[in-house]
Amino acid sequence: MSILDAKVPAGPIERKWSEHKDHIRLVNPANKRSIDIIVVGTGLAGASAAASLAEMGYNVKSFCYQDSSRRAHSIAAQGGINAAKNYPNDGDSVYRLFYDTLKGGDYRSREANTWRLAEVSASIIDQCVAQGVPFARDYGGLLDNRSFGGAQVSRTFYARGQTGQQLLLGAYSALMRQVGKGKVKMYDRHEMLDLVVVEGKARGIIARNLVTGELERHGAHAVLLCTGGYGNVFFLSTNAMGSNVTAAWKAHKRGAYMANPCYTQIHPTCIPVSGDHQSKLTLMSESLRNDGRIWVPKKLEDAKAIQEGKKKGSDIAEDDRDYYLERRYPSFGNLVPRDVASRAAKERCDAGFGVNRTGEAVYLDFASAIERYGKMEANVHHVENPSPEKIRELGMKVVSEKYGNLFDMYENIVGENPYVHAMKIYPAVHYTMGGLWVDYNLQSTVPGMYVLGEANFSDHGANRLGASALMQGLADGYFILPYTIADYVASDIRTGPIKTDTAEFVEAEKSVRERIDKFFNTKGSEPVDHFHKRLGKVMWEKCGMARNAKGLQEGIEEIRKIRDDFWANVRVPGKPNELNQELEKAGRVADFLELGELMCKDALNRNESCGGHFREEYQTEEGEALRDDENFAYVAAWEWTGEPGKDVMHKEELKFEALKLSQRSYK
Amino acid sequence: MKLTLKIWRQAGPDAKGAMVDYPVSDVSEDMSFLEMLDVLNDKLVREGQQPIAFDHDCREGICGACSLFIDGRPHGPSRHITTCQLHMRKFKDGDVIHVEPWRAGAFPVIKDLVVDRGAFDRIQAAGGFVSVNTMGNLVDANAQPIPKLDSDKAFDAAACIGCGACVAACPNSSAMLFVAAKVSQYALLPQGRPEAKTRALNMVEQMDTEGFGNCTNIGACEIECPKDISLENIARLNREYLGAELSKE
Amino acid sequence: MARQGLFGSSLIKKYWMALTGLFLIGFLVAHATINAMIFFNDGGITFNEWAHFMGTNLIIRTVELVLFAGLILHVVDGLMLWRQNRAARPVDYAFAKHNANSKWYSRSMGILGTLILLFLIVHLWHFWVPSRNIVGSLEPYGSDAAGRENLFALMVQVFSNPAVVVVYVLGCFSLFWHLLHGFKSAFQSLGLNHRKYNGFIAFCGAAFSIIVPVLFAAMPVSMYLGWIK
Ligand SMILES: Cc1cc2nc3c(=O)[nH]c(=O)nc-3n(C[C@H](O)[C@H](O)[C@H](O)COP(=O)(O)OP(=O)(O)OC[C@H]3O[C@@H](n4cnc5c(N)ncnc54)[C@H](O)[C@@H]3O)c2cc1C
Ligand code: SF4
Ligand code: FES
Repeated sequence: MSILDAKVPAGPIERKWSEHKDHIRLVNPANKRSIDIIVVGTGLAGASAAASLAEMGYNVKSFCYQDSSRRAHSIAAQGGINAAKNYPNDGDSVYRLFYDTLKGGDYRSREANTWRLAEVSASIIDQCVAQGVPFARDYGGLLDNRSFGGAQVSRTFYARGQTGQQLLLGAYSALMRQVGKGKVKMYDRHEMLDLVVVEGKARGIIARNLVTGELERHGAHAVLLCTGGYGNVFFLSTNAMGSNVTAAWKAHKRGAYMANPCYTQIHPTCIPVSGDHQSKLTLMSESLRNDGRIWVPKKLEDAKAIQEGKKKGSDIAEDDRDYYLERRYPSFGNLVPRDVASRAAKERCDAGFGVNRTGEAVYLDFASAIERYGKMEANVHHVENPSPEKIRELGMKVVSEKYGNLFDMYENIVGENPYVHAMKIYPAVHYTMGGLWVDYNLQSTVPGMYVLGEANFSDHGANRLGASALMQGLADGYFILPYTIADYVASDIRTGPIKTDTAEFVEAEKSVRERIDKFFNTKGSEPVDHFHKRLGKVMWEKCGMARNAKGLQEGIEEIRKIRDDFWANVRVPGKPNELNQELEKAGRVADFLELGELMCKDALNRNESCGGHFREEYQTEEGEALRDDENFAYVAAWEWTGEPGKDVMHKEELKFEALKLSQRSYK
Repeated sequence: MKLTLKIWRQAGPDAKGAMVDYPVSDVSEDMSFLEMLDVLNDKLVREGQQPIAFDHDCREGICGACSLFIDGRPHGPSRHITTCQLHMRKFKDGDVIHVEPWRAGAFPVIKDLVVDRGAFDRIQAAGGFVSVNTMGNLVDANAQPIPKLDSDKAFDAAACIGCGACVAACPNSSAMLFVAAKVSQYALLPQGRPEAKTRALNMVEQMDTEGFGNCTNIGACEIECPKDISLENIARLNREYLGAELSKE
Repeated sequence: MARQGLFGSSLIKKYWMALTGLFLIGFLVAHATINAMIFFNDGGITFNEWAHFMGTNLIIRTVELVLFAGLILHVVDGLMLWRQNRAARPVDYAFAKHNANSKWYSRSMGILGTLILLFLIVHLWHFWVPSRNIVGSLEPYGSDAAGRENLFALMVQVFSNPAVVVVYVLGCFSLFWHLLHGFKSAFQSLGLNHRKYNGFIAFCGAAFSIIVPVLFAAMPVSMYLGWIK
């Protein structure tokens, strides 16, 4: 076990970044023209980085697996993006955003990175507004803010329920501008299937043209992975169907360490599973928790009756309802951070209080919000002695204005009117805090390979706060990497174009081709999804919201079995040299089957509970997560040694200078 | 429920395609339309047949990848939703459902139900942006207030997901609604004004170059647009372009 | 290939369509007004007076040339749109429910326009050609009471044939549908779309599309039925 060097600059935390920037080597404009950079991924991180680098003068090649770079999964983010602007004058500051993020992440992130994230956050908003991103505004024409899960100030900027879309389209437009200028060459419908390392440096990738099936070699002086999270290892998640770990995993196998893979965020407010056909889970924005109250019945017999369809939520008297979040966490109530809210829901459902057929759902009830708003409206409009119906009507109008689109979405999927029947929700996999290890410069353990956005492990520790992923993606892409990469490529100005006919490229292409052939040659009987679903079930049960040593060990065994079965029995129809969606899926699932094992292994190693990682053995008497700062205040970075499950761990000790460690409490 | 699907199958860009019948049973009403196709594909693979290729990714109506012409209409019979948001409870037992790809010369079929919408990206690259570089020292975001009404309208236009249903619905295969949405978003914001003229001219030129048809104000696009992009935007583009064309030097 | 020149981009074509359309709408107003003079039912005195003025005034005759130019532009532009729009969808849907999202007449402007054009040829052959002494003349119809050439008499004669009356009524129907789309479409094309005024424009469009064709159709019908003598 070695100790990793994070290359955190010296000095006081608030000056680290600016001083570091001042001392980074620069590449002069003429020389930038002779540097090629590959950017894999066109989400917030990838698009912003590719556009910024091209503006600076580098030659950029940009890759995504979708048919257009505008469709990267960042597009799906709903809620908002944080920034320490303090527009509402509620006492926000860089320090507070830093503090909230570090605390929210249960003190498992690198302090200096988290500070830097908070520091550049304000610039992101300026940049996006200048690009024409239509953020929500108030009647005075100034930007509006709201508060978001786990924060006590309003620092979240939003664009209705489509913040991710608007931010991504902003970054996409910047990217397209460079495409139009010829500074970025766009490769959509291309999937990166391997990283090419030459003399210890990342020098290119092997990508498959998803339309023709051709394998292509692309050389560059540096490679950026901005390929998003790997939540789809659970099969069911709020991620897009194509979200994958393949690029990161291939890089891992070529020498990049995978850090804290077990840190997974389970989002508390998603639409519950409805049947075996389910292909993904839909997130209901966290903002719903601002007005909705979460509850289950107090009495087991009521819960039973509801599960059997004999009773409805509305049949349960007020006194027989258990508003368990308000009960357990009086000061934050329904607004506790995601990990806490999710676990509490699971706890109640495990105890038998779930409120749908499968017993895996809790109510998110707007009845009292409707009444509260209704009364307010009646006052505002001077309605004397309003009837309960009138109050409901007025209240429903307000709720519909605030959440109408979400309510419609719910009704469309579930087929039940949420204004009449309380919504049913359940936690679902949403985000992965873990990812490829990077140093302060966002460089991985493979020199020349950088990792940005959700794909890296860096800023959120063991749990991410709402509206902070968008912030991180854009911070990395617009304001961090474009500076830090110069230091590395400065030594490449005389290298000349990277040749792709070298042994390393040939070998990498060959290994990709062999694997593709292997899929076809297996000639089994089961489609890819069959294995993916089985893997997902194991991950959810053994490495999901709550984990224990025994379960994790079983999980590892089961995953191995599924993996063996996969390679013996998978059926991939069609040919390699055509658009072949089953082949695409097969490649992704094969990698998930290896990653899953590492996640269990990492979870097993971490004998503490922190953030999204909850080990049942390590909890307080009240069932809260119990951290072990003495032994586990480190980043677990895993090195591939040639076989799945055989990774060895390296540590990056986490030192906290600006902030004292404290127990996270939302009571 | 039991359904009969009539699906367009085409092996590759140059292959000849045809409608093929697929009976499906055990369709649950909680399934989404794409989940129903997943189940069908699962069966096809097990039977040793080629699964049906279709574009999709987010499956929640925001990425714009899904693109099927279902039962004679883009994104199926319901309004203001995408194909991935369409659920089977909209259909009844025994229904015969046609499923075809978007049809337009500018969106050539790649395989089965998958088409190439790269034309949209090229239109965007022709002018769908504000020319501002990444800068850490820009003016503060609140330095310039923007009337809420303008910003709301800009948002309405910006909500376009680039799915192409407008083109698919239009009897002329015109891409005006898509282009108008983008031009409008920027035309309504002060940040977009400096380039408003060249943007309108360049984006329209690219649109024409791609071989989309001409808008004749039929209005099918507005009805079928999953994001409710209004024809007002097309009028705005008409205005912007007219002004730009007349004052062009 | 970028489209340049007079018919340049798709939008320029659209403006031409709208401008010539509005111009033709203007013509319809004049034409309908003058022809409505037959409803004085004074044996064509008033009508012939107007017809004489229109036929002999130099300005009007010059405007007539512009009118023809406008019409030809409208037709040629329309044909170009029609051709390009067909070409934009080389493979059509096997099954499409167009009525779910649009009106048939909005989709059929080309056909309706063609019908109107065919009708127009017949119509010009009936009246314009003889009155301009291109082939034949109005002489056989003698002079009216005021001594002017008697276009009115020609009308009475032409509209005594029931087949002709049917053709004219059908022509007016085509015009109705064509205008129902065309009127508001012209405003939209020129960017004149505003939530506050859209309703008003649509109302005017509908009213115009009804009034003018009904007025036109009433002429052959009432003459045929002998109401106007
Ligand atoms: C439903 C939902 C709602 C969310 N809401 C919020 C929110 O309100 N606020 C917030 O801050 N965060 C939110 N998040 C989280 C946030 O959206 C993501 O963490 C963030 O957008 C990730 O951005 P990214 O650039 O790292 O990756 P992504 O946007 O996921 O982009 C990944 C890119 O990599 C490409 N790619 C992947 N693999 C390959 C490969 N092998 N080859 C080639 N290309 C590849 C893809 O094509 C894509 O372009 C939400 C997430 C979800 C799922
Ligand atoms: S305008 Fe509407 S239909 Fe057209 S691409 Fe945008 S969202 Fe799709
Ligand atoms: S799959 Fe993303 S919009 Fe339908």
